[in-house]
Amino acid sequence: MEEKVEIIATDEKQEFIVNMGPQHPSTHGVLRLVVSLQGETVKNIQPHIGYIHRGIEKMCESITYPQIIHLTDRMDYLSAHQNNESVCLLVEKALEVDIPDRIKVIRTIMSELSRLQSHQLFWATFGMDLGGQTCYFYGLRDREMILDIFEETTGGRMIVSYNCPGGLMYDIHPNFQKRVKDFIKYFRKKLPEYDTILTGNVIFRERTSGIGPLTLQDAISYGITGPSARASGLSCDVRKHEPYSAYDKVKFNEVLFSEGDTYHRYMARNDEMRQSMNTIEQLIDNIPEGPYAVKMKPVIKLPEGEYFQRVETARGELGLFVISDGNKNPYRVKFRSPNFVNLGVLNHLAKGFKIADLIAIAGSLDFVIPDMDR
Amino acid sequence: MRSIIEYLKEIFNGVLSLLRGMRVTAGYFFRPSEIVTQKYPNNRKDLVMFERFKGEVVMPHNESNEHKCTGCGICEINCPNGTIEVISKTIVTEDGKKKRAIDRHIYRLGMCTFCALCVKTCPSNALAFSQKFEHAVFDRASLIKQLNKPGSQLMKGVE
Amino acid sequence: MRFDFIASYVSAFTGPWWKFLYDFSLLTTPVHEWLNGSVSPFWTTVIEMVVVGVVFLLFYAVVGLFLVYAERKVCAFIQNRLGPNRIGPYGIFQTIADLVKLLFKEIIPIKNADSLLFNIAPYIVIIVNFMALAAIPYANGLHAIDFNIGIFYILAVSSMSVVGVLLAGWSSNSKYSLIGAMRSGAQIVSYELSIGLALITIVILSGTMQLSEIVEAQRTGWFIFKGHIPAIIAFIIYVISSTAEINRGPFDMAEAESELTAGYHTEYSGIKFAFFYLAEYINMFIVASIAATMFLGGWMPFHIGNLEGFNMVMDFIPPFIWYIGKTFFIIWIIMLFKWTFPRLRIDQLLTLEWKYLLPINLVNILVMSFLVLKGWHF
Ligand code: SF4
Ligand code: SF4
Repeated sequence: MEEKVEIIATDEKQEFIVNMGPQHPSTHGVLRLVVSLQGETVKNIQPHIGYIHRGIEKMCESITYPQIIHLTDRMDYLSAHQNNESVCLLVEKALEVDIPDRIKVIRTIMSELSRLQSHQLFWATFGMDLGGQTCYFYGLRDREMILDIFEETTGGRMIVSYNCPGGLMYDIHPNFQKRVKDFIKYFRKKLPEYDTILTGNVIFRERTSGIGPLTLQDAISYGITGPSARASGLSCDVRKHEPYSAYDKVKFNEVLFSEGDTYHRYMARNDEMRQSMNTIEQLIDNIPEGPYAVKMKPVIKLPEGEYFQRVETARGELGLFVISDGNKNPYRVKFRSPNFVNLGVLNHLAKGFKIADLIAIAGSLDFVIPDMDR
Repeated sequence: MRSIIEYLKEIFNGVLSLLRGMRVTAGYFFRPSEIVTQKYPNNRKDLVMFERFKGEVVMPHNESNEHKCTGCGICEINCPNGTIEVISKTIVTEDGKKKRAIDRHIYRLGMCTFCALCVKTCPSNALAFSQKFEHAVFDRASLIKQLNKPGSQLMKGVE
Repeated sequence: MRFDFIASYVSAFTGPWWKFLYDFSLLTTPVHEWLNGSVSPFWTTVIEMVVVGVVFLLFYAVVGLFLVYAERKVCAFIQNRLGPNRIGPYGIFQTIADLVKLLFKEIIPIKNADSLLFNIAPYIVIIVNFMALAAIPYANGLHAIDFNIGIFYILAVSSMSVVGVLLAGWSSNSKYSLIGAMRSGAQIVSYELSIGLALITIVILSGTMQLSEIVEAQRTGWFIFKGHIPAIIAFIIYVISSTAEINRGPFDMAEAESELTAGYHTEYSGIKFAFFYLAEYINMFIVASIAATMFLGGWMPFHIGNLEGFNMVMDFIPPFIWYIGKTFFIIWIIMLFKWTFPRLRIDQLLTLEWKYLLPINLVNILVMSFLVLKGWHF
């Protein structure tokens, strides 16, 4: 409420209120930012969300557990696999189902592929936010290959609906391994190009380094997770700290920086692409034989109680909290979505910087709006 | 003096990084073979979708107009958003028993989220995905489809 | 005889008919003389002005449309795409179709806009364009006006386009437009300086401001080769700062679409938007032609010392082709800039100008003066 008063009383302070969004090219969706400016300097930002609120949490209360999958697909559509995985892991944990290694490995590969494509899209849109439009097309060009891999195996490009409680919807496609290996070979060649065009570019460096620094302290107190927090030195990778699926079997580094500015938030994602490729390479040739799904009861009922499952999506930590009253529908579902939490820090970061920096900072936090609103 | 050298070095490195970037983009400019555009409506004939691509839910019929749907209604229960409506009827089989059979299997393409639960849970494998993806129509009503063809029958041997 | 100028054509051609390609005065002088002989000098001037005006109008439209098409193709190829390919072979009529569409579009009146300024702004930009186009030497003898202060005139005139941009931003009653216009004002005013200084470097070398003489002086070698390193530095600075002056990426702060949607022309629609859009491309054409004229010898063919055979071949290519070729090469470079680099921030833009380009430029002028004084250039 206090902030609202501040905004109304801006005439005396010579502030200039600009409404960014909900239809603005760089808010990546229907996010509305009420920005008060003094000249070009950002004084205050009030984010308004809810333009794409679909009531997913409430809807989950009236559908069964396997059906939740089709809603989590649509939350953070760039991390659909990980979102789905959270539901599956939770159900499997609650029912104490033993999941064969094959499923775990395939899930891990899929998660990493989807992290990879998410970071590619981040690279693409971040470049475009900063004005380098060619980045967008290069990023999408390479992302297309991952989407093809998804499409071949799961039948969907972004909305994959591949995981289901107890395993996977279908087995992987016979071409899957070959395609993934081809892609990694191809992308290892293209990634240096990304660095030449954007990372090494002096304009890009100038635009991003030192902009919107987030201290470790602030990262913790604002609850930031994911690459944005790891850029500030907060070790918060669920894959490391609470390994699920096959993450305990693979070697990968948690990308950590200490500076926490826009450049390092970008670099954290850039390096994660390399880590993801390493992870996939370790697993792709070692997919164990076995069934692709465990036989579950036709109607899945969780025993009464509260359950919580964390997964690491491309943007941070997704927490899924479910209260079950023993029925086939959950009693209450709550998603702790990384984007919503990360949005909270935007005002803190962008205050005092220029309007162009606001775009860079917002871009580096890598928002997916449907995940905020759910 | 040192600061001047630093200044010049900074400029030189900056320009070098810019030139490197330009080499990449100019490289693509001179290599049109790497163009990835598909001329979509023109390549319709040889455009093959992946066989698992979820275009729309269909009920495959064989040559003698038979399908496998028994009208059990499991797909309707499993569909998360009421896309499917199974309207069943009671028929009398040859040996005089009363039996449930499908009258109309309604599928509302406009609501389907392609979660594949219906296809997966159908006990008699009566449903499948087709690869058709050009769903644009002028009239919303034509998105409501009946999956069992008129006059079709249950395949022999499917219970 | 009323049509005796035809006879004078015939007599003027001692060689084959296409000789006028190499010297346009062969084409224009007889017409001028015939007009002078048939009507009073006043009407001669009027008729010539009308003809030249119509030619420029056509030229403007053709070049503008072609550049829009070229940019879309260039950026498409850079980005691994095909670009426009539906209308006509390779999509060459795409921009014409776009123009027709824009012509038919409704011009949306903006509430609370200052309608006089709002309507005038696109015309200011267009008029400025025309004035600058008039002074450029396109080929040997193809020159609308040949001042003795040609380059100075072009600089002075083209800096007026900021007025149009400012008016557009101010009168639209939109915050995005206003921010865009203010940025563009700051940008053009400061980069004007660098452009001027970079060109002065060449003026020192050539000793004249008359464009036709500048071109003539490059018969023995283009200034970029004649002036050693200072000329190359001046060329680079000129290309950078002219990119900034015409508000193109990476300096397109005024219309930074990720920040300000479309900057100063956010609120324009229909044909007025088309004017701004075309003017942007013609501006690019103008700065590229100046670069071609001042540094790359304008329509002068490329000559190497005493290589007679080579020089003959080069001479065979008509001057107009040389001119267009050089201009489009520079336009291509400017396009490559836009499609490679991310955008600068407004304060970095000014830093670049005042902390880097300006000092380098001043030192460069000193060096160039010294070179000229000592006669160390070619
Ligand atoms: S399609 Fe399958 S699940 Fe649905 S009613 Fe027919 S037999 Fe039952
Ligand atoms: S795919 Fe999913 S949404 Fe579509 S009809 Fe089947 S169960 Fe319903």
